[in-house]
Formats: sequence, structure tokens, C-alpha cells
Amino acid sequence: MPALEFRDVSFTRAGGMTVLSHFTLAVDAGEIVALVGRSGAGKSTVLKLVNRLLEPDAGDVVVEGRSTRDWQPIRLRRRLGYVLQDVGLFPHMTVATNIGVVPRLEGWTPDRTAARVDELLDLIGLDRGSFATRWPDELSGGQRQRVGVARALAVDPPILLMDEPFGALDPITRVELRGEFRRIQERLKKTVVIVTHDMREAFALATRIGVLDAGELVAFDTPQAMSVSADPRVRRLFDS
Amino acid sequence: MTGLFRFLLSHRVEFAGLLAQHVLLVGASTLVAVAIGVPLGIFAARRPRLSAPIVGLANIVQTIPSLAMFGFLLPVPLIGGVGARAAIVVLILYGLLPIVRTTITGITGIDAAIREAGVAMGMTSSELLRLVELPLAMPSIAAGIRVAAVVGVGSATIAAAIGAGGLGEYIYRGLSMVDSTVILAGAVPAALLALAVDTGLLWVERQMSTRRRSASRRTVLAAGAAAIAVILVSGATAAGRSRGAIIVGSKNFTEQVILGELVAQAIERQTGLPVQRRLNLGGTLICDRALTTGDIDVYVEYTGTALTAVFHRPITTTPSAAYDEVREQYARTGRTLLPALGFDNTFAILVRGRDARSLGLKTIDDAAPVAPRWRAGFGYEFLERPDGYPGLANAYGLRFLGEPHVMDLTLSYRALSSGQVDLIAGDATAGLIPALDLVQLDDNRHYFPPYAAAPVARAQTLLRYPKVRETLEHLGGKITVADMRRMNYAADVEHKDVTRIVADFLTQ
Repeated sequence: MPALEFRDVSFTRAGGMTVLSHFTLAVDAGEIVALVGRSGAGKSTVLKLVNRLLEPDAGDVVVEGRSTRDWQPIRLRRRLGYVLQDVGLFPHMTVATNIGVVPRLEGWTPDRTAARVDELLDLIGLDRGSFATRWPDELSGGQRQRVGVARALAVDPPILLMDEPFGALDPITRVELRGEFRRIQERLKKTVVIVTHDMREAFALATRIGVLDAGELVAFDTPQAMSVSADPRVRRLFDS
Repeated sequence: MTGLFRFLLSHRVEFAGLLAQHVLLVGASTLVAVAIGVPLGIFAARRPRLSAPIVGLANIVQTIPSLAMFGFLLPVPLIGGVGARAAIVVLILYGLLPIVRTTITGITGIDAAIREAGVAMGMTSSELLRLVELPLAMPSIAAGIRVAAVVGVGSATIAAAIGAGGLGEYIYRGLSMVDSTVILAGAVPAALLALAVDTGLLWVERQMSTRRRSASRRTVLAAGAAAIAVILVSGATAAGRSRGAIIVGSKNFTEQVILGELVAQAIERQTGLPVQRRLNLGGTLICDRALTTGDIDVYVEYTGTALTAVFHRPITTTPSAAYDEVREQYARTGRTLLPALGFDNTFAILVRGRDARSLGLKTIDDAAPVAPRWRAGFGYEFLERPDGYPGLANAYGLRFLGEPHVMDLTLSYRALSSGQVDLIAGDATAGLIPALDLVQLDDNRHYFPPYAAAPVARAQTLLRYPKVRETLEHLGGKITVADMRRMNYAADVEHKDVTRIVADFLTQ
């Protein structure tokens, strides 16, 4: 059973613009799928359909064997870690409090939450002592993004959704964080869906790459197969 | 300034009471405005289509002048009428706008990515509100609360117009006495209170700002508890003022306050019933409405005023006919006009005592032949009113040296005394008349309408407390023009305490 599946999903925006049409995709447990497409290709919509921030007009999004329509949205979202491009750290909470948000929502005891926060700070390579009590605006862009990843992993969700996770970083930090993310993923074996406009990012991280064009999945294959694709809609993304 | 300190020192008990009332009015109304305004703002922020009408409505409410607002609320049951409750309702309405608006701004101003992160993490809408939206909107909301409270301190001074007390009472009293020291005794502490509220709430805002550590949060909680305690203590202090069986009202000028106090003390002495005083109410209309709704049981009205301002009847110049007609009109509306107190607060044509004696002047007719050699000084209102100067000149064939000077009514007494003018139109009961040795010329042609002072009471109250009726009837004819002038003089010029003035008069 795939961890996450799109079955013939269509989605039209309120204005009547078709964002996805007959989109079908299966993501196996433990793999990293990167969806690549130009801006406006419907990439973010794909992720919002998974955590039911949006609902499909036709077809089904299936998470762990169950259609998102049958999930209670709050329960569903707490099974899905979500990392945004602009991170969305809560500015009124310290690093530790930000990471501990979902554990607290889940009713963990303060001790258990604190222990988990320490564990995650170790995982993302930030020193407990000096970072736990910092405020988001006291962090560099790379540090903020790491905290965003730690927050998404807090209650150990099986699936991680990442929307342009390293897009806003400078090139050196980006490369560094990709490496670290691969290291983390080797330990955790999450099912990950990343959307990005950057083919290099997809190559650096993904086990399989999907190409979105005008709301359709025009290619879905391993990076090796993708690099030799002759499809102009795929080639175009290499040039950008 | 030393005069102000001396006044506050000598009135310190009363001042403390008024300050407590003021704090209570502002505190209670701000708390309720927060309790209504913040949820309303949250509601509006979530439904953008409703937020414009809600803010628009609050805006309209804000633009209604406070006195008009009190007027609108007077006849409304439960929340209207006179007294602290109605004042708090008005202050709540004024406080809503800044709080609603800043709540909406605070919440809608939150970065969309932050809200989306919260939703995507699986927050329910109440968790999102509690953990993300409210904390982030808090600086904005706190600023709105601060504005509401500071504006409230100012608006609350007007609450004295409907007998809600507070520092405004000194301002009104000072205005009616034309005594700037008394005005300042209300205005300066009110301004200082506004500054203190502003500074205090700003401090709280700083402590509450994004960077809250548990220590400062505890300090803020302690400060909040202290503030609420202050409000409760003020409430207790203010409520501690007797809630009597009989409520006596008065309008907001010296003579009315004296008469209100006089009626109140007479009832206390003769019947032993507890009496509550609601003196210094805004004006004729407010007193009349308050009497109709039962917010007061009795006040002193003038026949001419009742006829024109309350019942919109043409003026009757025969005193007994005017009294009878007013009495009948009141009777039809469940109120009883009691026997007149004995003096008439009509316009008084005044000349210097020296002139009156040397020329043998007793009546206005006597003055007509010498008037062309005289300069006259009149208040603006008297010059303009058809029943003022134009009619008077006609009725007596009066002509003066040049056009009459326009001058402030209160200044005209001294202008006459010092010889700047030779004839003025003043109030018959003005305390300065005997003090400056002025003489009132008799209106022998009965040009001026009668303004006989008489208590008017709710018929129900008189039925229930026959001794009150007896007491009020007993006051009939007991106060001469000379008595009233003396008491007004004692209050306005000698700054004696009204309670003492009245007590001295009643013991005579």
C-alpha cells in the first residue's frame, strides 16, 4: 500500500482556473518524491490537498489507505509534518516553544515535550543551551529553516510535506542543508513529498521526481531516467 | 494653584469619593467594553464582509456627542435613565470602537504564512486563536484598550450631567459658580488620571509584548489584580453613598443645587427617611425625564420654565394662572406641583442702590424718564430673546444712551456697580444684588413671565410617603427673594459649603 496516493484528482480554483486535472500519483513509504514545476504549476495546491487545507473537486487523495475526506482534518494534519518556504515560525514563541507546539497540542506532559525538543535540537545540529531560548528573529535563515524542520518532526509523523523548503536560502546554506536533510532522512525514513521549482534540488534529494505542467503530471521517474528524458516540458526545467 | 490645593485639601473626603466614582466609571466600562469589543473584533476579523458594517456602526456611535447620547438613553428602560448605570452604558459604547478596530487590525495583520503554519500543524480554530492569533494581536489590542480607557477618563467627566458623579461634578459645579478653582479641581485631577492610566497601561503593554518571560507575566498579573482591586474598592466606596428611599434631584447651577440640598435636608429632618441626592443633573430636560422615569422623586422647577420648556405652552404673565396651568399639566402626567417656595427667579432690571435712592426709583416706569441719559448692559441672550430687551423696551417705552452693551451676565453686575453701565438685566435671585448694593426695579406692568420656584414630585412617591408631602407643603412660602439671594451669595461669592448654608437656613 502506498503511503500517499492521488487518484485521478482534479482541482479548480474559486475563480474557475484549473490547477490540477486527472492527477494520479502514488508515493511509497520511505521514499522522497520531488514535484517540480514552474511557478503557478499547482505545486503548493498538491500539498494543501494532502493536509486538507483544500479538498479535491473530483478524485481522491488517499493518506495511509484512507481518503482525506474520511479523515478528521485535525487528526490528519497532526500525522503530517509540514515545512513551508517562509518557515512560518511563530514570532512570539522561543525556538523550544515553537518546536514543542504540536506535542503540547497533543497533550504531552511538559517533561516529555522538553525531552523531545532537546532530542530534535540535537538532530538538526543546534546547541540546546544557546538556541532553545532564542527568538525566531535572532536566528539566521538556515537556522530558522532547521527549526521549521524540527517543528514538523516533533510528534514523529510518518509523512513530511515540504513546500520549497530551501528556496529562500543563499546557495551555500542551501547545499549544506540539503546534505543535512539527507543525513536526517537516512535515520528517520519518512515518506517525504517536496515541491520545488528547482530541478537541482530535486536531483539532490529525491528518489523519484514528478514534473508538473499546466496541472498535469507529465513525467514521473527516477532522477537517472529523468536526466535522459527527451520530453521538452522536462528539458525546459533543466534550463531554468 | 495654591487655591486649588487649598480647595482639594478642604474637600478631601468629597474629592476622594468623586475620584473613586470616576475610577469606577472608567474601570467598569472599560472592562465591559473589552469583554464585548474583543470577541466582536475577533468575529469581525473572521468575517471580512461583516467587519466594515461593525466598524461603521462603532464609528457612528463614537461621533454622537456624549450629552446627546445621555439624552437618547434617558427614556430607555434598564440601561437608561440617570445615574452611574446609564453613564457606564454610554462609556462602554464609546470604548467599543477603538477596541473592536484594533482587534480586527491586530488579527488581520498577522502574516498569512504564520496562520497557515498553525492550521497545517493541526490547530483547531480555538487553538489557533489562543496560541497564535490573540498573542500576536495583543500589542494592537492593548493599544486599543489604552485608548479606550484614556478617552473614557475624559468622557466620564460628562457623566456628572446625569448624576453619575465623578470628577466632572467639580467641573459642572465650577462652571455654574463661574469659579475656575472648582473647575480646575475637577479638570486637573481628571487630566492627571488620564496620564496615569495612559502610562500604566503603556507599561502593561510593554510587559505583555512579544517577548514575554514568565517573570514579567507574573508582574503583569499582579498589576492587573491590583487594578481590578482598585476598581472594586472604588465601587464599594461609591456604592457606600447612601441609597435612600427618596431621591432628590437638581439642575446644574448653584441655586438649584442649594434648593435640592434644602429639599433633601428638610425631608431628612421631618421624616427621618433616608435621602439620596442626585444634584447637578444636566438641565431641565434631564430632570424632567428623570422625574418621569422615577430616577428621581422630586426636584425644584420654575413655573415659567415648566410652561415653556417642559409643556411647550405659551407664556402666561399672571403668576397665579401660570402656577395653576403648570400644576394641572403635571397632574395629568402623574406628578404633583407643590406650593411655591416663595421667591420668583425672573429677570430683574437692576440699578445702583445709590441712584435708586437719590432719584426715588421703585419701578421700571419710574426709570423710563431718566433712561435716555443711561447706558445699559445686557447679556447676549436677553438682547436676543423676544421676551427680553425688545419687548421690554416696547412695554415701558425705554430708550438708552446709545445701543445697549453686550456683556457676560455674571460680569454685568460688577460693571453696573463700578459705573461702566447704569442699568442691567440680571437674575432676581443673584447673590451679588445685595452684596453690591444693587436695587431691583419692580416690573409693575408685569412684562416678565413668572418664574416661581416650586418643588415637583412624583405623585406615587407622595402617596406612599405622606410625610414627604407634608414636608414639601410646609416649605411653601418659606424662602423669600432675600433668603435666596443670601444663600446664593454664600455659595457663589463666599464659597461656603452648600450643606452648611442649607443647614443654617433650616435651623433659623
